[in-house]
Amino acid sequence: MINFQYSRATDVADAVQQIAASTSAKFIAGGTNLIDLMKDDVERPTRLIDISRLPLKQVQQTADGGLHIGALVPNSDLAYHPLIEQHYPLVSSAIRAGASQQLRNMASTGGNLLQRTRCAYFYDTATPCNKREPGSGCSALTGAQRMHAILGASEACIAVHPSDLCVTLVALDAKVHVAGPAGARVIPFQDFHRLPGNTPHLDTNLHPHEIITAIELPAQGFAKNYSYLKIRDRLSYAFALVSVAAALELEGGKIKQARLALGGVAHKPWRVHAAEAALQGQVPDGTAFARAADLVLKDAKGYPHNMFKIDLARRATIRTLTQAAKGTPQPPSNKKIM
Amino acid sequence: MARATAREPVQDPIPIPEKISIQITVNGKATELKVAPWTTLLDALRDRLDLTGTKKGCDHGQCGACTVLVDGRRIVSCLTLAVMKDGAQIVTVEGLAKDGELHPVQQAFIDHDAFQCGYCTPGQICSAVGLLAEGKAKSADEIRELMSGNICRCGAYPNIVAAIQQAMGRS
Ligand SMILES: Cc1cc2nc3c(=O)[nH]c(=O)nc-3n(C[C@H](O)[C@H](O)[C@H](O)COP(=O)(O)OP(=O)(O)OC[C@H]3O[C@@H](n4cnc5c(N)ncnc54)[C@H](O)[C@@H]3O)c2cc1C
Ligand code: SF4
Ligand code: FES
Ligand code: FES
Repeated sequence: MINFQYSRATDVADAVQQIAASTSAKFIAGGTNLIDLMKDDVERPTRLIDISRLPLKQVQQTADGGLHIGALVPNSDLAYHPLIEQHYPLVSSAIRAGASQQLRNMASTGGNLLQRTRCAYFYDTATPCNKREPGSGCSALTGAQRMHAILGASEACIAVHPSDLCVTLVALDAKVHVAGPAGARVIPFQDFHRLPGNTPHLDTNLHPHEIITAIELPAQGFAKNYSYLKIRDRLSYAFALVSVAAALELEGGKIKQARLALGGVAHKPWRVHAAEAALQGQVPDGTAFARAADLVLKDAKGYPHNMFKIDLARRATIRTLTQAAKGTPQPPSNKKIM
Repeated sequence: MARATAREPVQDPIPIPEKISIQITVNGKATELKVAPWTTLLDALRDRLDLTGTKKGCDHGQCGACTVLVDGRRIVSCLTLAVMKDGAQIVTVEGLAKDGELHPVQQAFIDHDAFQCGYCTPGQICSAVGLLAEGKAKSADEIRELMSGNICRCGAYPNIVAAIQQAMGRS
């Protein structure tokens, strides 16, 4: 870790002003990703601007029945918030499937979106990595790629976004509220994270000097028919090999609306509109779910170490949709896949 | 675009920052400390306050050995900057016993032989105290899940779960 200066932001405007005034400052919220990366010299900010005391810790209902979640609401508080548990249990179960309770107590909602990949080469400054050092090459292409992408990757980077929470936020059509030197704006969740293309050093479309102030959820939370299934190497406290968020609105024995997104498979939380469209109007059965899974993986491409993920993702998709349709979501503490 | 990437050479000359004065309450005792911005809470507790009960396992948030309670909530102190906890109430394993009597969780760990080498134990105990305060774990499965942030290399898990179940009955 290099030496750095430390200051506290007094309000959102001050935070933006402070970050714009320095060439290599970073915000710090929970610190669970940033401090880790600084210890490994992957991130080297010369100043940390502490935003953890800003008044962005409320969860409030919006006029149209949705929810406005402050960027500094801790992951654990969000998971157990009564409005989230009641109306957005998909969000609650995804958060509880990630990290540990200690880390969730520290991690902020905004920081969760901006956590960086867990690709081992990204962490290891002795190896080439286009994400860490643009133009240096991608060590994972010919190296250990068990955890890596099967969808949307490029020759420049095959890393995945590690968040669980984000998989459900993209599925539920959340919006990201940000503020910056040019004012405030709202980014649809779908457009927040980027594919690697030839600029894998950019994870998101957040502009430099912008701060996330809140996440907004629309009214529909799919509280009746949903499931979040996370498949990982350990039963708990491990990043996803594949995870699936499924949400259905059923009417008269048919699917009126479907939402489907996957984690651990791409550089961004991977929502599949074509599969959702194919499910619409169908009877929620194995045939419809298998067709949806085929659409999810139509363009999948594996590498020697992660080829298994394609079949895993296909089966996990079918299983999660089945759980959602039956109204028997995967409970976070039950380690048997239902 | 043109967001500064992580490993571009550092532009600003970085003067050695002045140490920052913070006030924290540690195990009930008001404490003033001057710390560098990069000092973690873990290092401040161990190296500055000589509270070596809190252990450094991985230093990367992956093992839970450094778990302490900050304002009543369990966190990992290795990924926490001490300056950011200015004003906080901190409880470490040294602060759990009251008037010479062990905390029910400490007693339960002894009763159930919930350790072997003991290196993970202070973190396990602080984590379990946090878990009881949260009140979310009811079944053994839920205890296991919500204690998953504390790794025990000796594999004392069944005894740890039994100890926590006993402490739940008592508190
Ligand atoms: C051992 C371990 C296991 C984990 N397992 C999982 C897992 O299974 N699933 C999962 O989803 N996550 C997991 N995580 C990651 C964890 O969820 C993230 O580290 C956490 O959500 C980041 O939030 P934070 O507030 O701590 O961010 P910080 O570390 O404070 O910040 C992260 C980045 O976001 C920026 N930032 C933070 N807040 C804002 C804001 N409001 N506006 C603009 N920029 C901001 C910072 O500048 C920094 O670049 C794990 C972490 C660890 C250490
Ligand atoms: S996959 Fe991406 S993050 Fe990993 S080494 Fe390649 S460029 Fe770096
Ligand atoms: S030392 Fe903090 S989690 Fe391992
Ligand atoms: S008792 Fe040895 S690591 Fe847990």
